[in-house]
Amino acid sequence: MQNIKILTAGDSSLLIEFGSEISPEINRKIAGTVQLMREQHIEGIVDTIPTYCSLLINYDPRVIRYEEMKNRLEALLRLDIKLDSGNRTIVEIPVCYGGEFGPDMAFIAEHAGLSEQEVIKIHSSKDYLIYMLGFLPGFTYLGGLDERIFTPRLANPRLEIPAGSVGIGGSQTGIYPMDSPGGWQLMGKTPVKTYDPNRKEPILVEAGQYIRFVPIDRAEYDRIRDLVERGEYECVIHREV
Amino acid sequence: MGIRILKAGMLTTVQDLGRNGYQSQGFPVSGVMDHRSFMIANLLVDNPENEAVLEFTLIGPTLEFTADTIIAITGGDFQPQLNGKPAPMYTAIYIHKGDTLKFGSARTGSRGYISFSSYLQIPVVMGSRCTNMKASIGGFKGRKLQDGDYIGFRIKRRYLPFFLSRKLELDEFDQEEATLRVVMGPQDKKFTKEGIATFLNSEYTVTSEFDRMGCRLEGPYIASKDGSDIISDGICMGSIQVPSHGKPIILLSDRQTTGGYAKIATVATVDIPKLVQRKTDHKIRFKAITVQEAQDLYLKEIKELNKMRKQIHRPCKEVLECRQTARRVRRLFEA
Repeated sequence: MQNIKILTAGDSSLLIEFGSEISPEINRKIAGTVQLMREQHIEGIVDTIPTYCSLLINYDPRVIRYEEMKNRLEALLRLDIKLDSGNRTIVEIPVCYGGEFGPDMAFIAEHAGLSEQEVIKIHSSKDYLIYMLGFLPGFTYLGGLDERIFTPRLANPRLEIPAGSVGIGGSQTGIYPMDSPGGWQLMGKTPVKTYDPNRKEPILVEAGQYIRFVPIDRAEYDRIRDLVERGEYECVIHREV
Repeated sequence: MGIRILKAGMLTTVQDLGRNGYQSQGFPVSGVMDHRSFMIANLLVDNPENEAVLEFTLIGPTLEFTADTIIAITGGDFQPQLNGKPAPMYTAIYIHKGDTLKFGSARTGSRGYISFSSYLQIPVVMGSRCTNMKASIGGFKGRKLQDGDYIGFRIKRRYLPFFLSRKLELDEFDQEEATLRVVMGPQDKKFTKEGIATFLNSEYTVTSEFDRMGCRLEGPYIASKDGSDIISDGICMGSIQVPSHGKPIILLSDRQTTGGYAKIATVATVDIPKLVQRKTDHKIRFKAITVQEAQDLYLKEIKELNKMRKQIHRPCKEVLECRQTARRVRRLFEA
């Protein structure tokens, strides 16, 4: 319970603050709390928004009032939240780097003083923690980009970036879940749909999981894209204990 | 068997109470802006609480009906006309096949609602029929309505009991200023004492940057202690964020799920309609209340809506009098 604060956010929401820094430990604690809330099934909770270091809970005051909600949450937070330490779910995202899919690859490499191959190697050799989703449906805020390939955003954002584009914006990297305007430097594209409104689970990944980018060539991109179109592709998922 | 949109108006969308359960994946809730007008529209035609309606903004649509149905119109006064004659608001109206319903511009308020007893033929996407224009999902093809669109009905329902009783008092939307009751927090501690006093004692003006995502206000600068940037956290309906320019932005139905500005307070649910029915240049003031008070007000409103539901399910005076007369006449014959 230390350092954890429960704050009011109007008559239908509460905000639990777990700290004031971005760290994998705090993020895991939040994921653990969400899991615990699911298990305990508190009547009246309408939705939750886990973020870097807080958890917003929307509830229906017709079902549960503020005081009771706060008491329930305090009791829950006193429980030893299982952190699933060491338990990692890693979702592989195949990416075709460079070429027509990565119009800014040359700039990223030049800015880093590296070859394109080295940039690809650095970008795809790390697992990125999904701290949170927000901004756009399915947009992941990833932590852990290697400093060597930090790249400033475009001075002039593009009006249309195709869904699946993988890019770097400053110290962040991520995948555009849908066609959208944006200012990130584009380095490649994945044939996988991280967002598909017609799928049973429209969003592929969730906060607390990890993403691993796997380089593929154009032929493999086309093969996977065809499978995706037919609804027959499943991402490789590693569960590390 | 439905409605044809002859003219779409300025911004007409299919909405319900919103798409909950997907905010953790970045989906805005969307849904109606004015929940009270929405709920009254649905209860007037005995619809389930969360049935989809049309929400229109500043300039209303013109609809042609291709089947009989019953509708109710609530919210701001868009001067509705049924086949060229004024149509009553806050009243169940019987509609015949071929009727045309035309709305003008908002004389009072800024948003209007129509409910349909025959339910709009709109597929449920991720638990809701509401339109999310940014993600292009839900509602009618994920977008606002355009001239010539056609929406079918799901059922035939052309009878409602106690039909003559189905009228309620009109909500008034003609005020040009509103005092919004707010619950302070979650980040009120980020602001100076003077900043909080400025926020609670000043008059703010609704700017033209006012859409389904949010409403920017102009007015005195609200001072923060050390900047108003925070590590991005969750946003809820009515969150009042104050970026470094020191002017409040109130976040509404189509708000992003997360944001990086400190939120000084949150508008009480019952006062959201007061805000979303205002227009550019209208005046806004804030008054702090406790979270318990805000919840009491909300539960009181729900009780009031339940009372309305009961009220329209009783025979009206005119009908009652006829029944008593008929009973007397029958007794005469029986005697």
